Amino acid sequence: MSEHQEDTKDVTSRETGEVEKKAEGEASEAADKADGKVIEADKADSEAPVDKVQSEAAQVGVKAEGEAPAPASEGAASEATAAEAEREAKRQAAAEARAARAAAKAAAEAGGAEGGAPAPAAPAERPARAPRAAAGAAADAAPAAPKEPSPLQPQLDAAAALVRELVDVDAIEEAYVNELGSHMPTLVIRPPYLRRTAELFHAHEALGCSYLRNVSGVDYETHMEVVYHLVNMASGQRYALKARADRSDPVLDSVTPVWETANWNEREIYDLLGIHFKGHPDLRRIMMPDDWIGHPLRKDYEPLDPEV
Amino acid sequence: MGAIRTEELLLNVGPQHPSTHGVFRIIVKLDGEIITEATPVMGYLHRGTEKLAENLNFTQIIPYTDRMDYVSAMTNNYVLCHAVEKMMGLEVPERAEFLRLIVMEMQRVASHLVWWGTYLLDIGAMSPFLFAFRDRETIVQLFNELSGARLTYNYMRVGGVKWDAPPGWLDKVRAFIPYMEKKIEEYDRLVSGNEIFLSRIQGIGRYDAETAIRYGLSGANLRCTGVQWDLRRNEPYSLYDRFEFDVPVGKNGDCYDRYLLRLEEIRQSLRILRQALEQMPEGGETMGKVPRAIRPPAGESYVAIESPRGEIGCHIVSKGKAEPYRLKFRRPSFVNLQILPKLLVGETMTNLITILGGIDIVVGEVDA
Repeated sequence: MSEHQEDTKDVTSRETGEVEKKAEGEASEAADKADGKVIEADKADSEAPVDKVQSEAAQVGVKAEGEAPAPASEGAASEATAAEAEREAKRQAAAEARAARAAAKAAAEAGGAEGGAPAPAAPAERPARAPRAAAGAAADAAPAAPKEPSPLQPQLDAAAALVRELVDVDAIEEAYVNELGSHMPTLVIRPPYLRRTAELFHAHEALGCSYLRNVSGVDYETHMEVVYHLVNMASGQRYALKARADRSDPVLDSVTPVWETANWNEREIYDLLGIHFKGHPDLRRIMMPDDWIGHPLRKDYEPLDPEV
Repeated sequence: MGAIRTEELLLNVGPQHPSTHGVFRIIVKLDGEIITEATPVMGYLHRGTEKLAENLNFTQIIPYTDRMDYVSAMTNNYVLCHAVEKMMGLEVPERAEFLRLIVMEMQRVASHLVWWGTYLLDIGAMSPFLFAFRDRETIVQLFNELSGARLTYNYMRVGGVKWDAPPGWLDKVRAFIPYMEKKIEEYDRLVSGNEIFLSRIQGIGRYDAETAIRYGLSGANLRCTGVQWDLRRNEPYSLYDRFEFDVPVGKNGDCYDRYLLRLEEIRQSLRILRQALEQMPEGGETMGKVPRAIRPPAGESYVAIESPRGEIGCHIVSKGKAEPYRLKFRRPSFVNLQILPKLLVGETMTNLITILGGIDIVVGEVDA
């Protein structure tokens, strides 16, 4: 009897234990969610000004601010559009400020006509804020527009000029200095010209990149990208070459005939990202087994057998 | 008397072979004793570090770098932290940077000692292995005191180091330097001039500077051909521009030059250590001002440093999140190993081990 009682007690305690666990899990989940919200809220905070009188000028300012860093990494081609956007933003901001001033003036006049004490306080606030927002937009755009050119800009320009002259006028898709990556001069090469550009970088004495230090493949979900990090061992000048390939059928020319370093690196990229390298002497999988299905470093990779 | 009929022999070496330093496999075609073709097969230790990293934040990735080149975990820690710091523009306090530099140079000594011992073991000398591991043990013990682990230290952080050195630790390092300096001369005398040893490695696995550069070799594998290329000197990072040290180079590009270089690099590391301990500030922070969430700005960056095996690089593609969008490690063992099939053709089977050992690979890093 007592044994039976103990048993039931046990069961109940176990059950309560489970319930508790469940509750705990839910609680932590809720906490997680809350955390996420807090983070999102933080983000929103940092991106949007808290000014209540959100004139359009301020909104435009935000837009320009949000866009400015992206083109910086996107490169020269879109830099032009960025500059345009900034100009547009400035124009709009100025127009808004003018409108705000006019409105304030009108309001002040109206206030004067009414002669009420609290009325002038509101218009006084409005013109004060609108120009500030406009100034903010201008200030945000200002440092980006006449941005100090990178000290390595001449190096990039020289290399780009050589490529345009000796490979093809159309060979370069983008050329920019990657300031985040220790001011790396970066050239995005159109795939048909990749091999010849590689040869130029290797052989031309002004470039002299006999050493290929790294090859990386990146799946950007919209396209595939291969990055070649080069260095001139005599001068210490560094370059990054990039080539983009269509994601559904990524094919690029192999640079293994130029730099033997690329051999296994390209095999690794083929294996893990599924980019084919035309002209590679031995394009086989290198990390995964030969009969593996799929390319694990792709963002949408799903293992055929999750048990493995 | 007709000609003797010969047959090509296909021989599989590894992945379970004591001289492959891990699970490296190579398939060789033999004509008698001579290798006609060699095909390395890798991936037995592939853990998908780069894929795993895409779902981890940067602090969580640090222990994974320990497990790439597990003979030189400190330099691996450093390259990741350094890359993130550079992207975010973070300052590292001086004391922390000194501690990092000291452990990295100790690591270089330890790593070269492991190489020296196992290489001689590979080619038939038993006792140097015991000497090397005895002295390496001192360093491993010191690292254990510092970080709580013997091999996978996880000591560095983005913005500094996990802990300051415990009391008396730096004195122990200070005491180790003259001891090791004495020992290295002893080892040099013991082995370097040995005639059997010389006949085994002199002129073996030879290549010139042009070939080394074409194959992207780095570290002693590159410098043995006379190319003076050491990232501590050529692209100074950390505090290396404050210290005097030589970058030794060879001239023959053979296994013997690589051997001599690594011994000399131990001496140079001890020299750096001596200066670092002298110049090190007494106290101070060991962790810089780091935001609570480490989110490098959107963009990409490639940063490389000199590990005991050569250029270890870290290519981060960030989308402004706490996790990297793509993290690629340029692993020196992987790149250096590429030249192996070329070096083996025409060599004898015994030289396979001599040449493979001379490249100094760690399979955890080859496969990542």
